[in-house]
Amino acid sequence: MAITPPQFLLHHDGDNVAVAMTDLQPGTLQGRSVKEGTESTAVLNHAIPLGHKFALTDLAEGDSIIKYGIKVGLASAAIKKGDYIHTHNMRSYRWEASRA
Amino acid sequence: MGSKPRLMGYRRENGTMGIRNHVIILPLDDLSNAAAEAVAKVIPGTLALPHAFGRLQFGEDLQLTFDTLIGTGVNANVAAVVVIGIEPKWTQRVADGIAKTGKPVAAFSIEGKGDLQVIQEASRVAAMFLQDASGLVRTEAEMGDMIMSIKCGESDTTSGLGSCPTTSQAVDRWVDAGGTVFFGETSELTGGEHLIAERCIDAATRDLFQLTYDNYIKVIEATGANLLGSQPTQGNIAGGLTTIEEKALGNIAKTGSVPVVGVLKPAEMPSASKPGLYFMDSSSAAAECVTLMAAGGAVIHLFPTGQGNVIGNPIVPVLKLTANIKTAKSMTEHIDLDVSGLLRYEYDLTKAGDMMMDVIYDTVNGRLCKAEVMGHREFTFTKLYISA
Repeated sequence: MAITPPQFLLHHDGDNVAVAMTDLQPGTLQGRSVKEGTESTAVLNHAIPLGHKFALTDLAEGDSIIKYGIKVGLASAAIKKGDYIHTHNMRSYRWEASRA
Repeated sequence: MGSKPRLMGYRRENGTMGIRNHVIILPLDDLSNAAAEAVAKVIPGTLALPHAFGRLQFGEDLQLTFDTLIGTGVNANVAAVVVIGIEPKWTQRVADGIAKTGKPVAAFSIEGKGDLQVIQEASRVAAMFLQDASGLVRTEAEMGDMIMSIKCGESDTTSGLGSCPTTSQAVDRWVDAGGTVFFGETSELTGGEHLIAERCIDAATRDLFQLTYDNYIKVIEATGANLLGSQPTQGNIAGGLTTIEEKALGNIAKTGSVPVVGVLKPAEMPSASKPGLYFMDSSSAAAECVTLMAAGGAVIHLFPTGQGNVIGNPIVPVLKLTANIKTAKSMTEHIDLDVSGLLRYEYDLTKAGDMMMDVIYDTVNGRLCKAEVMGHREFTFTKLYISA
């Protein structure tokens, strides 16, 4: 089953964030979804370290961030496809007081 | 998986099966740590379990301390126990709780005697316990004889992708073979608690789970605090996790696919006649959670990590696995299993599960895990509220 190691993974097809599998530089990347095994490409706008996330779609402030096919937070600022996503532009929707 | 070696463990007086054979010197309270540690120095091979509490506690908080102490003594990885406390009454209460299982136990109190006399008396008993324990032999064991616990720490996004799904494989195999598994970390289900509720085996279990979860979260939310940096931790954030919901889904990814058969209070022991996956109400702090699960009877613990947690427990082997290649390389002295190859698609999840089971078998049969080798013996009580 050995294949070329993906540069990013998303949990499910339809997730709007992906996770870096190595320290990544901006540019076009190869990735796949874990559940369905769908291969895809994405363009990353920023350098991000292993394990950090980037957007697979444009997101407006307040939009849901979907990972594992489930809402895991809200965009706390407008996010462009390919942008780095972390505490600066994403927050919990359950714990309102938990913000950067 | 191919043919496996037999599992071998220590059958205790009450029928439970352990995988280690410790003689512990258990202080009832912080004041008795010095005497307990002295006994463990006089009789090398015994193990003192110092801790910070046991005085002026009351009500439910006191009961949890008793349950933690008694449960630790009762744990099947323990062959015999010397309890030392400042006062005789509570010391005897803990010793009696342990003695109900038929396990050798002795109690000593310090008031009216002083540390030196207690150290001498307790050391004589500890010496006898240690020699007797050394004569016990391992006998054939089944997974159904043993309780496994799971809890992750210093998680990152690789946890939900690799180390937690690998742990899930072990959970399903353990439970399918008739075993029992504990998971917990109540606050760390937030955003995915509905997934656990859906897996509860019946309405009564589901209601109890929901009530337990809601009560814990009420305490957190009533503070109005900004939890960013606490839950998720600074380490989680450094590893790319942003929200409690994102962390929770990774956490839940380690709980297998089997039903949740029961809900346990902190340190509560499950019914031996009802094996399966149990939720234990607990903090997500590693040492607190593992201490409570050990007190509930867990004899082996699987600990998926992302950024590299180093936790151990005095009586329970805590096995670390990671899918973060940087952590696997930089913290080799702490990591028992590197499953980063899963994320590079070098092998599949079934194979990662096989690798996990191989490490579990070796550990059950006596091979020390990294946390044991490194001397990590965190014994940490959960405190419910202030002392009187």
